[in-house]
Amino acid sequence: MLEVNGLSKRFGGLQAVRDVALTVNEGAITALIGPNGAGKTTTFAMVAGFIRPDAGSVRFLGKEMAGLRPDRIAALGMVRTFQVTQPFAGLSVMENIRIGAFLHEADPGLAEVLAREVGTRLGLGAILDRPASGLTVAARKRLEVARALATQPRLLLLDEVMAGLNPSELGEIVSMIRAVRDGGVTILLIEHIMAAVAALAEEVNVMAEGALIARGTPTQIARDPAVVEAYLGHGAAARMAQSGARHA
Amino acid sequence: MKTLAPRLIFAALLLVPFGFGSQFLVNLAMLTAMSALLGQAWNIAGGFGGLTSFGHTVFFGLGAYAAAILATRYGVSAWFALPVAFALGGAVGAVIGFASFRAGLRGSYFALVTLAFAEAFRVLATASEFTRGGQGINVSLDLGLANFQFADRRATYAVIVALLLLAMAVAAWLRRSRFGAQLMAVRENEDAAAALGIDIVFTKTAAFSLSGGFAALGGVVYCQTYLFVDPLIAFGVERSVEMLLVAMIGGAGTVWGPVLGALALHLVADTARSFIATPGFAPMLYGVMLLVIVGLLPGGVASLGARWRRA
Repeated sequence: MLEVNGLSKRFGGLQAVRDVALTVNEGAITALIGPNGAGKTTTFAMVAGFIRPDAGSVRFLGKEMAGLRPDRIAALGMVRTFQVTQPFAGLSVMENIRIGAFLHEADPGLAEVLAREVGTRLGLGAILDRPASGLTVAARKRLEVARALATQPRLLLLDEVMAGLNPSELGEIVSMIRAVRDGGVTILLIEHIMAAVAALAEEVNVMAEGALIARGTPTQIARDPAVVEAYLGHGAAARMAQSGARHA
Repeated sequence: MKTLAPRLIFAALLLVPFGFGSQFLVNLAMLTAMSALLGQAWNIAGGFGGLTSFGHTVFFGLGAYAAAILATRYGVSAWFALPVAFALGGAVGAVIGFASFRAGLRGSYFALVTLAFAEAFRVLATASEFTRGGQGINVSLDLGLANFQFADRRATYAVIVALLLLAMAVAAWLRRSRFGAQLMAVRENEDAAAALGIDIVFTKTAAFSLSGGFAALGGVVYCQTYLFVDPLIAFGVERSVEMLLVAMIGGAGTVWGPVLGALALHLVADTARSFIATPGFAPMLYGVMLLVIVGLLPGGVASLGARWRRA
């Protein structure tokens, strides 16, 4: 469904993303993980059209997306959320979601019906008519997903929708994301929380220092020495193997 | 304002000037309605779209000059000048808007660009023979319905009220429609709006163009009322400021705000001015009113009703 190849971006002296390739299969939940500053969000921004890549291609449903404006890409069915939630603060929760619904539904009444349905499905039913400013972190994250989902996307790009949530909220959002996928929406997510990634994703891509360093199932990734080093520092994998051997 | 009461009060206020022969009252009502019309024009872009223009008199001036030039050079009736001015204001709004928004200008940068355009038009109108330079254009007096010139100011007032109601209908449409919702989304957060598939440059340009069209209508009516236009009347900075003040004091992004703002500005400020004649007092009073509103009542006078109902 989504095929990214050779994607690169340089900001001044910093090579933020170098030659990244990604594949997302229809109906799957694919994760993109990596330490802070690995270039995940920049990759997302390029895929969704917010940043123009220096090189590389982004093919979505067989069409080239690189160079298109973000609103064109969203209209074609690939919609992103933001790591730092971006609610329309002056509008109510329902009105926020309805902005998403308006992408393919011009009638205000029908768009509101769709918005209320999506909001209720994502657990925002009780607060639909409250102002979007002054929501809790968990509710803002849900709103971010609800708004994107109301555009009726084929592929959702979720940027750290689980960061800053407590364990019970985390469990709820994991089942929410799974329900979204079961509803027929393919998902690519950036995440820090490994437990959530292991619970959700079929395939995990790992980035470090701007490049893709590993790809596989969550279990394969957790054992990959390159991944352990990227997170815990140079030589960590070897030290862990050694101490593991001593304890045995 | 969902209840009926404010609408009835508004309707009554609209009709009051017709019942009296007093030219003072009719004049006051006419100026207030004109302010409300121009404020609502500004509000379509500035209130609903957050496109804070400091040079909206560009459109007013284009409308006024269009009416004057059509009448004096081509002998065209001012009724015909209304659609011409609307199209002209809309076209210039689209050009200024597209150029600015395409370049990513927002907030105070956009405000400065609009201010610069207004000043540029003022200089052009002063220098050009086509607009008779600094001496301005006199439209000859030729009373009659066909010429859109009325001996009785109440007729002019009725035309302004009709245009005001039309502008308010557009504002009401913005509050309900998809385009209006998308415009407000762009005002609140451009990145989020783009991520949800909204074409930001198109949405802002369309709103600015519509806003320009309505401001130009105000210019035509001005020209037909005073039968004179010169560069300072058409493109002076005071009118831009007044348009913005009316909308902000009344309540930006609302249907009723500009009406309430115009009432507040004219009733309060004009009354105070008749007691204190010191030059510069009115602008100072405007400034104080704006500070009070921004500080204490950011939603403008229009938000008072909702506050009382909630309390």
